[in-house]
Amino acid sequence: MVEAFPGALVGPSSKERKYDRQLRLWAASGQQALEEARVLLVNSDGPWGKQSTGVSGVVGVETLKNLVLPGIGGFTIVDPAVVTEPDLGVNFFLEEDSLGKSRAQETCRLLRELNPDVDGNFESKPVAELLQDPEFLPQFKLVLVSGPVNRAMLSELRSAAKALGIPVLYTRSVGFYSTFSLQLPAAFPIVETHPDPESTQDLRLLNPWPELAASLTSISNLETMDDHQHGHVPYILLLLHYLEKWKETHDGNVPSNYKEKTAFRDLVRSGARTDNPEGGEENYDEAVAAVLKSLNPFTLRSSIREIFEMDECTKLTSTSANFWLIASAIREFYNKHSVLPLPGSLPDMKAQSADYISLQNIYKTKARKDTAEVIENVRRLEALHSPRPAKIADKDIETFCKNAAHIKVIHGRDLPQLDGEVHTLKAIRNALSDPESLISVFLGYDVLDSIITDIQTDKQSEDALDSTLAWEAGVDRVMRSLTSEASAAVDEGTRQRIIQATQELRRTQGGELHNVSALTGGLVAQEALKVMTRQYVPLDNTCVFDGIRSRSEMYRL
Amino acid sequence: MVAIDQTLRWKHLYNVLTRSGPFSDEDWVPGPETISTLESSKILVIGAGGLGCEILKNLALSGFKDIHVIDMDTIDISNLNRQFLFRQVDIGKPKAEVAAAFVERRVKGVKITPYVGKIQDKDEDYYMQFKIIVCGLDSIEARRWINSTLVGMADFENPESLKPLIDGGTEGFKGQARVILPTLSSCIECQLDMHAPRPAVPLCTIATIPRQPQHCIEWAHQIAWQEQRKDDAFDSDDLEHIGWIYNAALERGKQFHISGVTFQMTQGVVKNIIPAIASTNAVIAAATTSEALKIATSCNPYLENYMMYAGEEGVYTYTFEAEKKPDCPVCGNLARRMTVDPNMTLEAFIETLGERPEAQLKKPSMRTEEKTLYQRFPPQLEEQTRPNLKLKLGDLIADGQEIAVSDPAYTIDFRYRLDFS
Repeated sequence: MVEAFPGALVGPSSKERKYDRQLRLWAASGQQALEEARVLLVNSDGPWGKQSTGVSGVVGVETLKNLVLPGIGGFTIVDPAVVTEPDLGVNFFLEEDSLGKSRAQETCRLLRELNPDVDGNFESKPVAELLQDPEFLPQFKLVLVSGPVNRAMLSELRSAAKALGIPVLYTRSVGFYSTFSLQLPAAFPIVETHPDPESTQDLRLLNPWPELAASLTSISNLETMDDHQHGHVPYILLLLHYLEKWKETHDGNVPSNYKEKTAFRDLVRSGARTDNPEGGEENYDEAVAAVLKSLNPFTLRSSIREIFEMDECTKLTSTSANFWLIASAIREFYNKHSVLPLPGSLPDMKAQSADYISLQNIYKTKARKDTAEVIENVRRLEALHSPRPAKIADKDIETFCKNAAHIKVIHGRDLPQLDGEVHTLKAIRNALSDPESLISVFLGYDVLDSIITDIQTDKQSEDALDSTLAWEAGVDRVMRSLTSEASAAVDEGTRQRIIQATQELRRTQGGELHNVSALTGGLVAQEALKVMTRQYVPLDNTCVFDGIRSRSEMYRL
Repeated sequence: MVAIDQTLRWKHLYNVLTRSGPFSDEDWVPGPETISTLESSKILVIGAGGLGCEILKNLALSGFKDIHVIDMDTIDISNLNRQFLFRQVDIGKPKAEVAAAFVERRVKGVKITPYVGKIQDKDEDYYMQFKIIVCGLDSIEARRWINSTLVGMADFENPESLKPLIDGGTEGFKGQARVILPTLSSCIECQLDMHAPRPAVPLCTIATIPRQPQHCIEWAHQIAWQEQRKDDAFDSDDLEHIGWIYNAALERGKQFHISGVTFQMTQGVVKNIIPAIASTNAVIAAATTSEALKIATSCNPYLENYMMYAGEEGVYTYTFEAEKKPDCPVCGNLARRMTVDPNMTLEAFIETLGERPEAQLKKPSMRTEEKTLYQRFPPQLEEQTRPNLKLKLGDLIADGQEIAVSDPAYTIDFRYRLDFS
């Protein structure tokens, strides 16, 4: 983005105007990451018998719509299906003339109309054929798969993506229910998590650095100030001032528990002048209100400590990602100073302009100094673990320092399968203990997946989709998996809830409803945006949406 | 052209309309009648913007055949990142017309009637023709207007007069969808405080002690423009005007050593821009249309009555029943209590009504049962009641007295009971 400079008559470019409403969420850096990303959509994988062309792929197309609009670099739709009449009743990105043509080609054409900046192409063949080419999968930053699909294909695709470190989103939408899971690499780090600004203030009032402590001299005449001056002392200085007073009578200790803080708050309050025309002082009100949340000693959050202790952070190599090098440099900083680098931002407060600005400069200067030290550490680590592909940019280190207290590493898991990892089964059993849980819907989908797999491998006829026998057999299989260990008894209520979920799924025989798929396409696109921009915090790892009760749940399966 | 086989085309939708599910009402009779009820249900969409475009598409693909849409706006370049029915060549054209024509072209057999104008242009007879009203608006004022109009229309003798209002709203990664059955369930006004305006920066900060880049922009917008260009009507869509404000704010910032004024921030502050993306709109719009389908067909129970969504950290939704308030000025029958300082002048009180989360009335007139306190119109009455503005509340009314407040933006009176602090 163009940096504005004083006096220049620089308006936004037409691209900035088009993307204005989203740049306010993920800034130019997020936008650039999107524009560099290409997304693969595997929107079906062959028919379900003679009557059905298989997955309608509405979630997939709606997801892509929500990614093409904000301007991803490009997309490829893989879909061997031919457009049929029922497609026109659910898919907005097809038209009457599309009947009988390649669905990949038609949806690609109509999606491209949404944004001339986005490159789109298609392949009208099964993805298994494309995976033969080793150059195919590595082009993509993200893979979307529209289910239900047969398990062998899904398994092959997700292993191939996992080997390349490419995240996979697997979605299913049938009738009023939908579910999707996100498979992330084993360590997926995020610097810009965008926490609530209220929760991120770090003012260091209990342990001020020398320059901040020295700023107190500017209000040494607090008692003799005129009302105007007195009412405009920034509350940060007021708190520092009263802390000094408090320490005088408390053996040099700061207020440390709730009781002491309440007493300290009364001390601050008692300093406010009430004989003025306003009958009080706003800056004192602000100081009083800040006591409980601002007077806390610095503590390293356990999630950050865990990151510092991870092997990736402690055992750097020349191929370590930039994230780990910077994290390691910040760990050194922490080990030396027992605090993280100061983020340097100061909330707005009642104050004269010049007083506020000079206080702000004290915070900014300290933040710059801390960052400089971290940069030094980074350069040393770079030299130690050379050769590295490129020097880490100063501004990336600066961004990291600002966000150091809120970074996050997600430990990605494989797309969950009932008969997969032990932790999946355990998490499902846990969720089942709540009778309101939507996990029964997830299990219903497991039944559907197995029926589809049976149809595609000729073990069952396509009539299975509406066969009570087939669905009941599926529920029995799920129940056996759940009770495979003798200790874990699953009650009759659970069975009933899974049966109800399968009844609702069976109602449309695997078909999508546009509303539910459009909603799911919104949710899935949101996760895709977070993965591609590496901003905000993506799903870890499964979501179920229930369009009957209009609610959703997340599980780590 | 080949005749369309409706049953084949709408196969998936018809499946849920012709077969009961485990959660559909026991008395519900699925089948062709449900389908024809749906197709004959006239539905109104208010707003053809980020939510509206999605809502129109979703309704057309949910089997609604007679859709109306109202929007007064024209298409701007900044709409194109999410309002997917619009293209570069449509910039400047009315949203309602372009959106209606696009969906009609794409989904054969649906009729979409656009109206380019304000919802306030239409009367009760107009709103009475619809079975359901879906709202995708960014203005709280318009929401309150349609809400109070629909509550006013509800007549117990005539069940047809009860028009379900399905409302959606988004901001960045967050949004909400809710179902309102006028007079029967919680309405927009019951939870007005959930739409509290952002606290305004005090004028003295803007005028004399700016500290943030936003304060410099407010100064350029509210003060410098008035002083230097008061003959030009300020237009926030005019880039030259924004550019002027931007430069004035930059200068102001330089003078006070405040950095960080950018063109983007200037636009954001002046136009009060709310971040918006396609994906959040997709979620909320589809949540509203899914409820519309359920209400129109009874194929599954509908939302009672509020769903919140937040997507910054994973996928979070919270579904709950918002409470109907007995002291709601619109659907309740008790006056809403408000604590006031009896030493405050009527003028100062009137000013606070604009910002109080539970009132948000910008141009109020007010009276007690016995007398008019302040009346903006007609001019003679304004002149007659003007002296009251300087009087203290304590001298005008008694502690605990009820007042009726009207505002040109709304069709109804708001009742408040003023308790002295």
